[in-house]
Amino acid sequence: MRAWHFTETAYPYLPPPETYESVRVSLPNRIYDPAKGAALYDRYIREWQIAEEEGVEIMMNEHHQTVTCVDPAAPLMMAAVARVTSKARILILGNPIANRRQPVRVAEEMAMIDILSHGRLEAGFVRGVPYELLPANSNPVRMNERHWEALDLIVKTWTHHDGPFSHEGRFFHYRAVNIWPRPWQQPHPPVWVSTTSASGARNVGAHGFVQATFLTGYEGTRSVYDSYRRGWREAGRGQDVPIDRLAYAALVYVSDSEQKAYDGADKLLWYLNANKVPRHFAAPPGYAGVPGTVAALKAAGQTTQGDHANFGRNMKVETAMERGLMFCGTPDQVHAQIKKFYDHVGGFGHLLIMGQAGFLEHDDTVHGIRMFAREVYPRLKEEYPGTLISGGDWEGRAGVQARGVAAEARGTPLG
Amino acid sequence: MKNGMLKLAGLDLELFEDGGGAPLLFLHSARGLQQDQAFVDRLAKTRRVIVPSHPGFGHSGLPDWLDTPDDIAHIYLELMDRLGLAKADLAGITIGGWIAAEMATKAPERFRKIALVAPVGVKTGPVDKLDIPDVFAVPQERIDRWLYLDPAKHVTDTSRLSDDELTVMVRNRETFAMLVWEPWMHNPKLKHRLQRIAAPTLFVRGESDEIVSADYTERYARLVPNARVETIANAAHAVQAEQPDALAAKVLGFLDA
Repeated sequence: MRAWHFTETAYPYLPPPETYESVRVSLPNRIYDPAKGAALYDRYIREWQIAEEEGVEIMMNEHHQTVTCVDPAAPLMMAAVARVTSKARILILGNPIANRRQPVRVAEEMAMIDILSHGRLEAGFVRGVPYELLPANSNPVRMNERHWEALDLIVKTWTHHDGPFSHEGRFFHYRAVNIWPRPWQQPHPPVWVSTTSASGARNVGAHGFVQATFLTGYEGTRSVYDSYRRGWREAGRGQDVPIDRLAYAALVYVSDSEQKAYDGADKLLWYLNANKVPRHFAAPPGYAGVPGTVAALKAAGQTTQGDHANFGRNMKVETAMERGLMFCGTPDQVHAQIKKFYDHVGGFGHLLIMGQAGFLEHDDTVHGIRMFAREVYPRLKEEYPGTLISGGDWEGRAGVQARGVAAEARGTPLG
Repeated sequence: MKNGMLKLAGLDLELFEDGGGAPLLFLHSARGLQQDQAFVDRLAKTRRVIVPSHPGFGHSGLPDWLDTPDDIAHIYLELMDRLGLAKADLAGITIGGWIAAEMATKAPERFRKIALVAPVGVKTGPVDKLDIPDVFAVPQERIDRWLYLDPAKHVTDTSRLSDDELTVMVRNRETFAMLVWEPWMHNPKLKHRLQRIAAPTLFVRGESDEIVSADYTERYARLVPNARVETIANAAHAVQAEQPDALAAKVLGFLDA
């Protein structure tokens, strides 16, 4: 198993929540102090360097018009990090290509970072959360179609080396594509795609790309991975899906005592609990599709959803752990929690660690990274080499085992 | 009201027809036919009213190539051919008004008179201010107050809708968003084409409409050669729902004059 240190590079210094409508899209940027923002960049980059020193890989992402992730151009951050690191793989998860008008430009940026990092790029692509649509002025309808046309074009752009080719698709048009530089890695950098939906995962599996899923918990993750494995097999990629095709992102905090770990984990929950977003930003028309929106309306009845996206405003450490959104505790406890989650979902090869969020300060962040890297990670690497098969005999032994694990997981969140 | 599906331009178009008399092609509003039904019923008392569900609305299909009101205008000109309507009256509300304006710029000779109710479709105001407010960036309560002077009387209780009605409501909203998202609520070309419209044209809006403002409507109407603007009292944006009688009287008075 490979572990990746991830921070959303938040700007956590918010005024009281009753004074603003939303942390995303509409919060005035006069609240942002450039000097404080620069200091935050300095420390977040330093934490990625420390992760590298500890043998952990590096992951970053991109959001727009939000305090939760002040990295609106992740390729720029990657370029900076590429030059102050030398060993770690650098994952962007990812490029929101359904919202970017120029897929060939994205291919160029990624190729450049691959060269700048001497072949350490892992290139991820995401659909983007609903609140990205307004900042990008991106049409919420047919995002999936744009996403896949752009991704196919990007891979072709990386792998075509014989002079210009043309692309006249449904959404993108080019007469002469011929990027310089081409990527360092051949035939192209590893491709990751994140999705939290079963239908999306099936398509990712059919392509054989790495499938990442964020905070989908025990049942959601298993369903996504099942779909991935089905898509993989249906596409004729063979019966066996190596675990290194599957990634899971969770909040993780490890310390030498349970109480210290809890305190750190509680600070990580800022990521969920500060996410005040009104419904009109969180549920733009078209984003969830017609059947999904109808189902949500029926479930909600007449009541409109609250003003906190996804997880409500008062997520507790215990609840987050029960749901499989968070692994937290002493090294033994965290190891057991990850193992339980691994068994339940059928196995995965990448743990994307949100190891910093909100007011988790530098020293505590570094402590968490080091405790994980030194006390938990070596066991995971040994027990779960990337060549293991995910969900291999799911209908048989693993299925029975997983049902047992689910029951157990409800009882003892600390593992 | 008769209804059925018509195969046209590579899609299945849901088509309603009611009443008798001189033909009137009616193009429904952004929220769909349900919002306009009371008004259509009144038109049908003296007119043969032909009412398609726009592609992607109601039960009409949505081809993957279609993404603008302009595309729909072409389909509806073909619909007129299919129905043998060499010349007809034309009425449209909000996005239906936009589609009607697009049609009239393409085939001015095919329309006798045109009524546009709270139409969108052009950008005439300053670059740093939306001509039409962003109805997708505000809470539902704000939208309800834009639509109705008395929201409590008109807002749909979604818990009482059948699965099919709920699906149509969601589908209408999704297709509407797709059609108007960018450029916001307008076709930059349309204002340069409106001078082609030959038919006498009536613009109507609710007196308290803050979505389609008085200024916007005046500027829009000035781009059409033979146009005038009228207002309906005691109505916000959804004038067809709040004042169906007054609106029908105004529109029919204009068409029949």
